[in-house]
Amino acid sequence: MIGSYGALVLRAWHRPSGRAGVLALAVLSLAALLLPPALPDPAAMPDVLAGALPPSSESWFGTDHLNRDIFSRVMHGGRISLAIAGLAVLLSATLGALVGVVSAWVGGWVDVILMRLVDGALAIPRLFILLLLLVVWEQIPLGALILALGTTGWFATSRLVRAEVLRLREEDFVRAARGLGAGGWRTIVRHLLPNAAGPLLVAATLAVGDVILLEAGLAFLGLGVQPPTPSWGGMVLEARPLILSAPWTALFPGGAILATVLAVNLVGEALQAALDPRSA
Amino acid sequence: MTAPPLLEVRDLRVAFPGERGDGSAHPVDGVSFRIAAGETLALVGESGSGKSLTALALLRLIPPPGRIEPESRILLDGQDLMTLPEEGLRAVRGQRIGIVFQDPMSSLNPVYTAGAQVREAVTAHRTLSAKDAKERAIALLAEAGIPDPAVRYDSYPHELSGGLRQRVLIAIALAGGPDLLIADEPTTALDVTVQAQILELLDRLRESHDMAVLLITHDLGVVAGRADRVAVMYAGQIVEEAETRRLFRSPGHPYTRALFRAIPKLETAERLVPIPGNVPVPGRWPDGCRFHPRCPEVLARCPRDVPPVAEAGPDHRSRCWLVADRGAG
Amino acid sequence: MTAPLVEVRDLVVRFESGGMLRGPKRVVHAVNGVSFEVFAGETLGLVGESGSGKSTIGRTILKLEQPTAGSVRFAGTDVLALEGRELRALRRRMQIVFQDPYGSLNPRMRIGDSVAEGLEIHQLVPTREIPARVAALLGEVGLDPSYARRYPHEFSGGQRQRIGIARALAVDPGFIVCDEPVSSLDVSIQAQVLNLLADLQRARGLAYLFIAHDLAVVRQLAHRIAVLYFGRIVELADATTIVSAPRHPYTRALLSAVPVADPDRQHARIRAPGEPPKPTAPPPGCPYFSRCDHPEKSPRCTSELPLLRPINGSQAACHYA
Repeated sequence: MIGSYGALVLRAWHRPSGRAGVLALAVLSLAALLLPPALPDPAAMPDVLAGALPPSSESWFGTDHLNRDIFSRVMHGGRISLAIAGLAVLLSATLGALVGVVSAWVGGWVDVILMRLVDGALAIPRLFILLLLLVVWEQIPLGALILALGTTGWFATSRLVRAEVLRLREEDFVRAARGLGAGGWRTIVRHLLPNAAGPLLVAATLAVGDVILLEAGLAFLGLGVQPPTPSWGGMVLEARPLILSAPWTALFPGGAILATVLAVNLVGEALQAALDPRSA
Repeated sequence: MTAPPLLEVRDLRVAFPGERGDGSAHPVDGVSFRIAAGETLALVGESGSGKSLTALALLRLIPPPGRIEPESRILLDGQDLMTLPEEGLRAVRGQRIGIVFQDPMSSLNPVYTAGAQVREAVTAHRTLSAKDAKERAIALLAEAGIPDPAVRYDSYPHELSGGLRQRVLIAIALAGGPDLLIADEPTTALDVTVQAQILELLDRLRESHDMAVLLITHDLGVVAGRADRVAVMYAGQIVEEAETRRLFRSPGHPYTRALFRAIPKLETAERLVPIPGNVPVPGRWPDGCRFHPRCPEVLARCPRDVPPVAEAGPDHRSRCWLVADRGAG
Repeated sequence: MTAPLVEVRDLVVRFESGGMLRGPKRVVHAVNGVSFEVFAGETLGLVGESGSGKSTIGRTILKLEQPTAGSVRFAGTDVLALEGRELRALRRRMQIVFQDPYGSLNPRMRIGDSVAEGLEIHQLVPTREIPARVAALLGEVGLDPSYARRYPHEFSGGQRQRIGIARALAVDPGFIVCDEPVSSLDVSIQAQVLNLLADLQRARGLAYLFIAHDLAVVRQLAHRIAVLYFGRIVELADATTIVSAPRHPYTRALLSAVPVADPDRQHARIRAPGEPPKPTAPPPGCPYFSRCDHPEKSPRCTSELPLLRPINGSQAACHYA
């Protein structure tokens, strides 16, 4: 099974935009994962009164209004953002796949009820729910935030997976499995899910970009991740009064958001193009 | 050979970029043939032989990133289509050369009625009033053997059976009154009884419109009854070309001979003789003669030396060492 | 007279769609009363054009589709009444090979795993012996055993069909439904697969229901042939008789329409103008009436449905055959 995904990834690799995206994402993720222990404490304020200092050889991205090293904060913040986005998407993809498969496989009334519930949920704006939650629960712990993001993001995914499963059920190889005596469990796990995973993977990859933006936006409004925990959105919020006098304080965290989301989207698009049978 | 042929193709080569940037593949690799006015030439081959791409190339409809190599020559009544600008080509497509594609399911636009699509073909080449265009379209549908054409005019493709859809495609192809009709596997997707109807229709139309036909197919049975001459394609090249009767009576290429042995025949259940191996993929043609790995009559020189096109008889050419050596010796 | 291996009686399959809030109710009459038998070791050819219901019949026999009425018996057991474990046990003895080599293998599974699936489901061999058994099966269908590690997209159409056949053979069935197994293949490859099927039949004593639209192809393997039109068998006889002395007008038209690969033996085709009736609107009498060229056809044809009856060694469903 891995081998056939390997072919997929290789095809994504051959597109220059995909390659750029993967490399960028790899660099950013590795940096965010590995560098922080080696970097100065993001909460450290060696010389508060010095305030925001421009980039220099000691401090590559400069320092913020409290003289905290921005490079270190961007990397730490990156860790947090990527972790939140990654885990939230993992949760929503799993929930979506579960509901989608059950709905398609069982069919009948279960399918009708589940899909109407999904329709209703999709009608409520996600941002609205999150805003309500976070305004009420100011000091929300990270785990709960991830849970909130994950449980509000699975609805469209379930429809996607359901459509894939319905389509796959009519394929000859699924009939062949039934003909061989395969039961429901085996059919779902070995035949339906692995083949539905392609579109699911693409949707999940693009969702990571969405969640990063969402979380940064919420942090910019002062909700979600609270200081002193570094977060890109929070850093941009704190940089607002300094935009003209110390632009680097906003530039670097903002640029980090841009670069990461762009990289993620490029990877997602390349995977989607690789999945398309016509490009074979 | 008195009058110049209606269509003359010389050294047609179509290039597609290789998979990993490793050079180009040539699924059509040096194809040359002629069709005289009113004549039917059958282009026979299996999948991967390049026959459908050849048809597209004649109308310069090769989809990018593929392209026709500049040395190719496509001469319609002496005029080289390779040098024609886009406008000139549009005048040729439909009016001088018509094409009926393979799959009626996907060749018709599902959101327009059959009549609308035929009418579109009619008005593409002539300016007519809406009423006249509709009348002409209905007349074409009738010519294509569609019963109740005035009613069917308003039918959508999904409301029509496969045979009717194919007839609509034929009506569209005839709209411009072409001199040459290219039929690319016109009956492959159809049932056998419908197939027979469509082939007969093409015969009648060929006579009444005095058209030449390039019939592309993999079915030698379809060829036997209706083609004046046959060209057999393998791995991007024409490996044998002859008058129909001659090709069936004394095939001049091992591939052709092997095909005859592999075809199931109604009269007998005698064990078929398959051709071992697989059709080669463009870009990975075997060295020497491209058929040599599967050839039951292979000689020692075949894997090394590319065979020339040699005379196997009157107006009968074959790309084979067996023929070339015989001629020389 | 040995008992048949597979016995199909009065099979009727109708598909319903629509109704309630989903548009007008439509009933598609796919199979309209079909009965036949297949004996051990023989091939029964099922020939029909599109809309004849042939694929539906193949799948219904294996209970992959649910019929509206009728019965299917395998070695005396009523297939349609089985469920759960018993059905699974029966699935070992009847298998199917599909038409489309590109859709019949799971693209995300190595072909060795696809072939082994039957072995795993029924626990036919201990796990450690599975690779050896898979290798033997691949060899039996003419493929290099080392291919087991590869994925379907690395193979050609003909090779994929062989893999599908190996998968069906893995559970050691006595009966295989071959649903248009060579229709999507090139002529030179068709012959390879047909020969393989013939060899396997001899070596393993298999019975086949060989479904196809091409009479010449069916002729290669079939001992007896049933001709299907509009969901009914219109003629049933042994292969040589069908081809040389057809009784039903449709069979004659079908034979006449097969292209002959000989320029000197072209014959005038029997005209069978038009197409089969729409499956949603079955006519009361003989469904072939509108296209029939029989000189004696009469109003009786449109009011009374002809049933299959013995005529000179064959069976034909025609009032005037």
